[in-house]
Amino acid sequence: MEVEKFSYDNKIVKQFAFATILWGLVGMLVGLWVALQFIYPSLNVIPQTTFGRLRPLHTNAVIFAFVGNGIFMGVYYSLQRLCKTRMFNDTLSKIHFWGWQLIIVAAALTLPFGITSGKEYAELEWPIDIAIAVVWLVFGWNMFGTILKRRERHLYVGIWFYIATFVTVTLLHVVNSIELPVSLFKSYPVYAGVQDALVQWWYGHNAVAFFLTTPYLGLMYYFVPKAADRPVYSYRLSIIHFWALIFLYIWAGPHHLLYTALPDWAQSLGVVFSFMLIAPSWGGMINGLLTLRGAWDKVREDIVLKFMVVAVTAYGMATFEGPMLSLKKINAVAHFTDWIVAHVHIGALGWNGFLTFGILYWLIPRIYKTPLYSKKLANVHFWLGSLGILFYAVPLYWAGFTQYLMWQEFTPEGFLKYPNFLETVTQLMPMYAMRAIGGVLYLTGFIIMAYNIVKTVKAGSLIENEAAEAAPLTNEEGGHVGEHWHRWIERRPVQLMLLSLIVVIIGGAVEMIPTFMIKSNIPTIASVKPYTPLELQGRDIYVREGCYTCHSQMVRPLRFETARYGEYSKAGEFIYDHPFQWGSKRTGPDLARVGGKYPHSWHYNHMLDPTSMSPGSIMPQYSFLLDDALDTTTTAGKIRAMQTLGVPYPEGYDKIANKELMKQADEITASLKKDGIETLNDREIVALIAYLQRLGHDIKASHTTVNK
Amino acid sequence: MKFINYLESIAGVEIYPMISLSLFFLFFLALSIWALTVNKEHIDEMKNIPFEKPQSNELFI
Repeated sequence: MEVEKFSYDNKIVKQFAFATILWGLVGMLVGLWVALQFIYPSLNVIPQTTFGRLRPLHTNAVIFAFVGNGIFMGVYYSLQRLCKTRMFNDTLSKIHFWGWQLIIVAAALTLPFGITSGKEYAELEWPIDIAIAVVWLVFGWNMFGTILKRRERHLYVGIWFYIATFVTVTLLHVVNSIELPVSLFKSYPVYAGVQDALVQWWYGHNAVAFFLTTPYLGLMYYFVPKAADRPVYSYRLSIIHFWALIFLYIWAGPHHLLYTALPDWAQSLGVVFSFMLIAPSWGGMINGLLTLRGAWDKVREDIVLKFMVVAVTAYGMATFEGPMLSLKKINAVAHFTDWIVAHVHIGALGWNGFLTFGILYWLIPRIYKTPLYSKKLANVHFWLGSLGILFYAVPLYWAGFTQYLMWQEFTPEGFLKYPNFLETVTQLMPMYAMRAIGGVLYLTGFIIMAYNIVKTVKAGSLIENEAAEAAPLTNEEGGHVGEHWHRWIERRPVQLMLLSLIVVIIGGAVEMIPTFMIKSNIPTIASVKPYTPLELQGRDIYVREGCYTCHSQMVRPLRFETARYGEYSKAGEFIYDHPFQWGSKRTGPDLARVGGKYPHSWHYNHMLDPTSMSPGSIMPQYSFLLDDALDTTTTAGKIRAMQTLGVPYPEGYDKIANKELMKQADEITASLKKDGIETLNDREIVALIAYLQRLGHDIKASHTTVNK
Repeated sequence: MKFINYLESIAGVEIYPMISLSLFFLFFLALSIWALTVNKEHIDEMKNIPFEKPQSNELFI
């Protein structure tokens, strides 16, 4: 048969590789910065660098910029070779590359300015959400174009993982981002409260699954065999791994909401599927490690394999821990503490980070046709990185346990032993310091890698178009009577995509539809009323400042929680919360019942300087809220948007909203004046105080009625 | 959430989750049987897709 000559596009691989390194550096620097803010709160400096605004920048940069570009680098390299063809269209590749980088820049320019939707791991506002969808579809189009013009009849298992990634991320992103814009930079999600939480964590957990896991498994199935120079241990296992993983993962989201106001049946469903996930995850890990059977001598020598072995081991550890964490008893300990932060960093630093490094060390010398500049430096990177992971994770596991143990300890008389939440935070300072050291080690290793790669690149020259040849596919499909359906699907990317889509849609639908459908899942509480205009504005400030990154609004039905905070949270309390603000980590106390606990003046002084009210507090100062004027031009629009979303404000309320707002603001200012605080009634702090004083107010009100 | 109205109007909508669960169970059963019985030649062919053109790693390491 005639062989066709063509070339692989290495330039696009290079571009994504460089972007991976650049954004990795940025994301980790921001990570180190926020880690240091725990020990030196003065590092919060200006509003744009407060923890609540920088933490989303860190997570977005690391997940979507560093790992995102890492995915594209690996996919563009391996897909061309697995399909024996150049990428479908060079222009699409370029649009994809530059579009993605622009989105990252847009994120970096909006998040520090408080432009956020307030939904964890999906903070970017609606215009950027649309851009993400468009660029992601360009990637999918380019990928499918490539697959369709391939010269290899069968689709290697790595490509299945890429396809599942594409299709599921599209679904997750679109469903979770359905929001109603109120201005160019502000929108409200259409879901509220419990439903918003369920959609958000269905998205959140599957972002872990389909952005941080499945694409990297695809890369593992290509690059580990290539680096070890031997085929994957069990191809049979990889097939079962694939289907079981995408089927189970999509159901697992509710394990982020155990003990919350989410209906019990949904929590249990999440637990069951999360626990089952251990089987395919470990199947995949074992498959990766056993690929190296008989090649362990190489692992000692070969830096690429060293990184890969640690990566796959970290994957195994994180996916053992994940199902354990989804068990209710263990979750009660870990949730809201640093345990979770440690857990995700085993995944991020170990699995994603180390696999990316392994691929970079393998791939850069190949596309530049020159050996790696320094094996010694790569080794130093390996050890610094490994130590960095340990120094990062171990203190945080310790911190997580410590904080839980302090939260739940009662005196023999039946009182909380540590009633002051702050005690349980200051206790953790040495652990936070150690964690920052871990971060420094890891980042130092990363910088050494960047230097090593720059030197390698300078020594070689990029083969932009790598010549290759392969025989074209004949028209004859190769099918024969009695052929098995799975072999049939292995040749049909579109059908494979549709089947994966069906698998994830059913999982998502069964999980979510009943919560939307059955009214008894969210019992309404008569005393729960919509927010006043001033409270609504205050809530938007709360969202803007990312308060949810440190404060939860979810009292779990556990004795030590109700003793500390009061009545546990009910689903019916959150029906007007667009978006929900339950949070996932308590560096500060829960705020669900904070309303009425302190006078207005306490909040005023606390925002000016938290340590004045709580000595030793590590919360940033929010003195700018005392100076900045509240933008009331948006009030009417916000009220109308809420009405569209079903919040029962009376007809025409948008017109009188600002009058109501000023009335309430005057009351608060008057009350502050009694305590000797002079402030204008149109400052942001007034709105924020109104919102904070509202939290839990309705539940307390319902109790007084019952008691009467 | 208007589409909920349509869902609520389907008679016996509760059966749908059961049907999907059964479908998945059967799917996995069929998949497992296939994975265990598929012939080795095919598996070997698939396994070796990344290695069509054997290349040496030596230059680079």
